[in-house]
Amino acid sequence: MEKIPILRMGEFLLVTIQVDMHDRLALALQDDLTNRISQTGARGVLIDISSLEIVDSFIGRMLGNIAAMSRVLDARTVVVGMQPAVAITLVELGMSLAGVRTALNVDAGMELLRSSEDSFEDNRAW
Amino acid sequence: MAIILNQKASSLGSILAQHKEEILSEWLREMGGATRRSDLIKASELESQCRRFIDLIAEATAAAGVNVQSGTFDSMRDLLADISRSRASQGFSSQETATFVFSMKRPLFGAIREEMAKDLNGMAAEMWNATELLDSLGLYTTEVFLKVREETIRRQQEEMLELSTPVVKLWDGILALPLIGTLDSARTQIVMESMLESIVATNSRVAIIDITGVPTVDTVVAQHLLKTVTAARLMGADCIISGVRPQIAQTIVHLGINLLDVTTKATLSDAFSLALKKTGYTFTRVQKKEKLSEEQ
Repeated sequence: MEKIPILRMGEFLLVTIQVDMHDRLALALQDDLTNRISQTGARGVLIDISSLEIVDSFIGRMLGNIAAMSRVLDARTVVVGMQPAVAITLVELGMSLAGVRTALNVDAGMELLRSSEDSFEDNRAW
Repeated sequence: MAIILNQKASSLGSILAQHKEEILSEWLREMGGATRRSDLIKASELESQCRRFIDLIAEATAAAGVNVQSGTFDSMRDLLADISRSRASQGFSSQETATFVFSMKRPLFGAIREEMAKDLNGMAAEMWNATELLDSLGLYTTEVFLKVREETIRRQQEEMLELSTPVVKLWDGILALPLIGTLDSARTQIVMESMLESIVATNSRVAIIDITGVPTVDTVVAQHLLKTVTAARLMGADCIISGVRPQIAQTIVHLGINLLDVTTKATLSDAFSLALKKTGYTFTRVQKKEKLSEEQ
């Protein structure tokens, strides 16, 4: 079964989604990621979805769920590199991913993770 | 029956061919009265148009009778379409354009009366044929005229849509979208797409939507604005709405629209300074400071 790799970078976990997400894969990722967070004690998770071109409401909800779960496990989640079409689709579906922080690219996302050590409650990038 | 009709029709054609000059001069005189707009079209141009029209109509009726749909009338239709198109762009009204064809009735009827004075039944039939023919040609003229107008309107609408949604780069990492005109869903879509694409292309972290030029903000427009802001946030950029006029602030509150999650500023300059702060820029007025210290 294909799997989405989870890379460890210091105290952060890096997830790069480079295949089309289907429901089972998303559920597996949720499972893997929560396990890895508790194993490694990661402080932050960065999910790069720049190659993701198609989303549906399920995948949108999965992203929200993963963020919420990581928060429970005391790790911040940043979703980076969302495509314009994906953003428009999610908005049209009525999903604003309220609890998820976002950044333009991996670079900005890492910066956000590092800088927001102390401002945990703040949803905004600055 | 078809043969009889054809014979009759071709007699209309021969009448037209025989009395060409007569009809032409009569027709031009007719148009010289109420409908000729000497300010818009030259007499020589009008005459050449009329001459060509009569030539074609005589040719076509001789060949195919009064059946305007037939292929022999193709060149006739092309001529009329050309005339309509040029009239529409010259500023004629639709009535004036259609009268170009209809004013030919009187001279044509005169010619028929003269030619068929002995055969009353034949005259009535010819008159009917001529009326039918000129009516359908006149209606065709109006139709083309309207089509040209509609094309113009549609093209202008598209141009307006493109003109009214520019994305401006204000600073490194700061974009501005000055919106002008009412926001409907089609425009919101275009605004959203062009903004998001520019965010990716310029790697911008802040986008300022300036609504100074938006006349009214109702629940639908607010909904569209919120969608745009949310989409930008999903991409990882922050959105500031600026140019909120006092009346608009009042309507927003009266309508109970929740804009609490969105940063709003009264002017574009306020929004810009906030954006600079957010991207980590600070500004100082060097010259002013020096002057002040000199004075001190």
